[in-house]
Amino acid sequence: MAGDAVLRALAGACPAARPAEAGDAVAGVTPRYAASPASVAEASAVMRVAAEQDLTVVARGSGSRLDWGAPPRSCDLVVDTLRLDQVVEHAAGDLVARVQAGVGLRRLGEVLASAGQQLALDVGPGANGQDPAGTATAGGTLATGMAGPRRLRYGTPRDLVIGITVVRADGTVASAGGKVVKNVAGYDLGKLFAGSYGTLGLIAEAVFRLHPLPTAAAYTTVDGASPADAHRAVAAAAASELAPTAVEISRAGRGGPVRVGVLLEGDPDGVGERAGQLRQLLGEGAVTSPDAPSWWGRTEPAPGPAGGGPEASGGPEATGGPEAAGTLIRVAFWAAALPAVLATIDRAAEAAGLDPLVAGSAAAGVIYVGLGAGAGPAAVAAFVANLRAAIARGEADARPASAPAPDSPPVLASAVVVYAPPPVREQVDMWGPVPGLPLMRAVKDQFDPGHRMAPGRFAGGI
Amino acid sequence: MIEQLVPAMVEICGPDGVVTDPLDLRTYECDGLTSHRAAPGLVVLPRTAEQVAAVVRVCAAAKVPFVARGSGTGLSGGALPRTDGVLIVTSRMRRIIAIDPASRRAIVEPGVTNLSVSAAARPFGYFYAPDPSSQQVCSVGGNVAENSGGAHCLKHGFTVHHVTGLEIVTPAGELTWLGDGTGAAPGYDLVGAFIGSEGTLGIVTKIIVKLTRIPQMVTCLLAAFETTGAGGAAVSAIIGAGIVPAAIEMMDALAIEAAEAAVACHYPQGAGAVLIVELDGPEPDVRRDGAAVRALCEQAGSTEIREAVDPAERAIIWAGRKSAFAAVGRICHAYIVQDGVVPRTALGPVLDEIAKLSAESGIRVANVFHAGDGNLHPLVLYNDDAPETVAAAEELSGAILDLCITHGGSITGEHGVGVDKSRYMPKMFGADDLDTMQLLRCAFDPGGLCNPGKVFPTPRLCGEVPGARRGVHPLVASGQAEQF
Repeated sequence: MAGDAVLRALAGACPAARPAEAGDAVAGVTPRYAASPASVAEASAVMRVAAEQDLTVVARGSGSRLDWGAPPRSCDLVVDTLRLDQVVEHAAGDLVARVQAGVGLRRLGEVLASAGQQLALDVGPGANGQDPAGTATAGGTLATGMAGPRRLRYGTPRDLVIGITVVRADGTVASAGGKVVKNVAGYDLGKLFAGSYGTLGLIAEAVFRLHPLPTAAAYTTVDGASPADAHRAVAAAAASELAPTAVEISRAGRGGPVRVGVLLEGDPDGVGERAGQLRQLLGEGAVTSPDAPSWWGRTEPAPGPAGGGPEASGGPEATGGPEAAGTLIRVAFWAAALPAVLATIDRAAEAAGLDPLVAGSAAAGVIYVGLGAGAGPAAVAAFVANLRAAIARGEADARPASAPAPDSPPVLASAVVVYAPPPVREQVDMWGPVPGLPLMRAVKDQFDPGHRMAPGRFAGGI
Repeated sequence: MIEQLVPAMVEICGPDGVVTDPLDLRTYECDGLTSHRAAPGLVVLPRTAEQVAAVVRVCAAAKVPFVARGSGTGLSGGALPRTDGVLIVTSRMRRIIAIDPASRRAIVEPGVTNLSVSAAARPFGYFYAPDPSSQQVCSVGGNVAENSGGAHCLKHGFTVHHVTGLEIVTPAGELTWLGDGTGAAPGYDLVGAFIGSEGTLGIVTKIIVKLTRIPQMVTCLLAAFETTGAGGAAVSAIIGAGIVPAAIEMMDALAIEAAEAAVACHYPQGAGAVLIVELDGPEPDVRRDGAAVRALCEQAGSTEIREAVDPAERAIIWAGRKSAFAAVGRICHAYIVQDGVVPRTALGPVLDEIAKLSAESGIRVANVFHAGDGNLHPLVLYNDDAPETVAAAEELSGAILDLCITHGGSITGEHGVGVDKSRYMPKMFGADDLDTMQLLRCAFDPGGLCNPGKVFPTPRLCGEVPGARRGVHPLVASGQAEQF
């Protein structure tokens, strides 16, 4: 059988190659084969066979975000990176770590913490619903480009990756960057691969810049603010000299009170003093705790009918259990647009009969709209369409008066569906409009001329 | 050939926007790397993005190479013109379109100087963090091309960390935005890929940058040591203590001597090395870290420590460091500025090896460097009247890069590859690495007309199968590229 010949060829490249099982499905697409290379050389050999056999390929780490993005148009082979699990080098004196793609961030965090250091990335949104075991890998985090509240201070994976080794669609192993932070030799392919959802090649190794672990943290919160008050609090914290690590908001329902939280990090004395100044800045009702509030970093509404809103119309297939993930939409905007963005979300939700959780990194201009698993697919699709139409009309823009288009980009905001249950996925364009798409297609064509790497997963159908 | 383009260029840029006079053309023959010179075939000075796009379309249609140039301060020949090509100078595109403190963004044109962004943002309490030492004159467009850093990038990062959107003219002459200013636009991070591509992927016509809050407090310590080794130990101790200063700079004895002669900076006499450590941030943290840095320097054997908090005092400490390159030029008017990076922990051994190379060859080397991130700027001094010392200096300069590569570092930390170091790229990267980078080039510039001959040693034709290189390269044969 032809399939056996393919499997033999894969097994020749990587002993841990096998027929795929139901559990290997990628967003509902079941592959024929799965391979778990134990070295970069094996990964290269597997990819070479995939090229020879014209197999479509999806890379997988822990699988905690495998249902993110659009489902692949085709997936013949899943390449699992979990055996690429070496922390190759932790150069503590240089604040740099080189890791293989399959290293779990939690494990890496433990290794780095022993030297008082960290890879300053939160596991990211949906952590509570999507990755309860904290298994997310370095490769998967880089491939999805995701970051959590501390993105305000540390940025996203693209800001922390300083070197990368990839296996291209044809099996070629290539590196860019290096293991020094300051380095401008050659193109920075780490940036290109960050957030590329596996569509350009397999990320095999990455070198990250590290930061010292702070010895103290203080979360100062204000609850019950109106959107206008919340915006004032967010803007005041972000504009302060207090160097916040994160400025987050959370609002449980349409028109409801907005919670604002500000994370300060450093040493105990400094953090204590700054938290005092921050409370004065935020005014009455501000309280400080060493622990994160329960809503911190949470983007999924609490399970149950309320999550999808009182008008949610989920059928039996859409309700799911308490573990079932709903729909998560990422809205990016210029920070000054926060009140307009909240109002835009509300109008779109009201028209669709939904009552979402809105939470995220307000000062960094990235917030999430969480719709529970109970929200009906048609309602979610209507919400996404309403929201994108409003964004296209500029309703979520905070465009400086002196910079009308074309002195600034045509639209200053975006809405991307990060993940959604299958019935919702069938009804929405996960990515929406993408600026600069022709160049992105050209990049894809160069790196993966056969369009075999995670075809259809990415923006614009890439 | 080039002359035939003049009417079209005059039509686009106006008669005062096109330079054809051979004498005038020569004023553009080099950038900050004066050892490479080539008078451009034609210079255009567009005022708008649309004009840049139209110029590029004319070049693309005629298959004439083009090179973008900002202020011409680059140190690797990235803006070295082509004698058979058009030099597109962005210095007339200097509008600061918006300063937006509410979203902490600014929108500027590429010819705007780096420092003027900070100057415009200062009334609102903000600054633009990347601060290359040429910041008074260098352009933000050039910073984007080179992914410029500066002394304070240790804490604040490089240009790539502070740019969230670019309007570019593609090598086909199309105007397009990459990113939307949010820093989280959907799709590939083409902003990140474009920054630092040294003008080979297109020409930037507008830049959206992040503005950073001016810190509550800045303090600057000057610590003198008997040797660079002792200074290096202090650097390691500071980083090891979990402190991230805004900048850590070091100068060795020869550099100190030169700076003293030039600007009388009054660094401690007889010091074998001085360390400048700048801390910024909230006051409580800066005070605590300042005390810790002082103690760590003392433990590492510092012979004298001075501290400055107010801007005037800090400027005095920085004066010696900032004058260092020019100062070395006073004690020896010919020198090579090298730019290499080693892992910070390898600083000690690498400095020892540089000293050994210097002693063996009799070529003097003054060391001025960004110690915090291992970015060395050895100044290799030579006598340009004696050809043999020129060759020896170049050899020594190259040997320093070899040291950087051997120790796992980089051939350039901030000056770029340009024409100067393309021949070293194969020492740092393998053929597959370079071919893979070339894929990005081919996606943007399939015709190979956008700043050709820079960064990469042997440009591969887009679509060419890698590995199958026989005979003379077609780009070389057609005169579109040079083989190194």
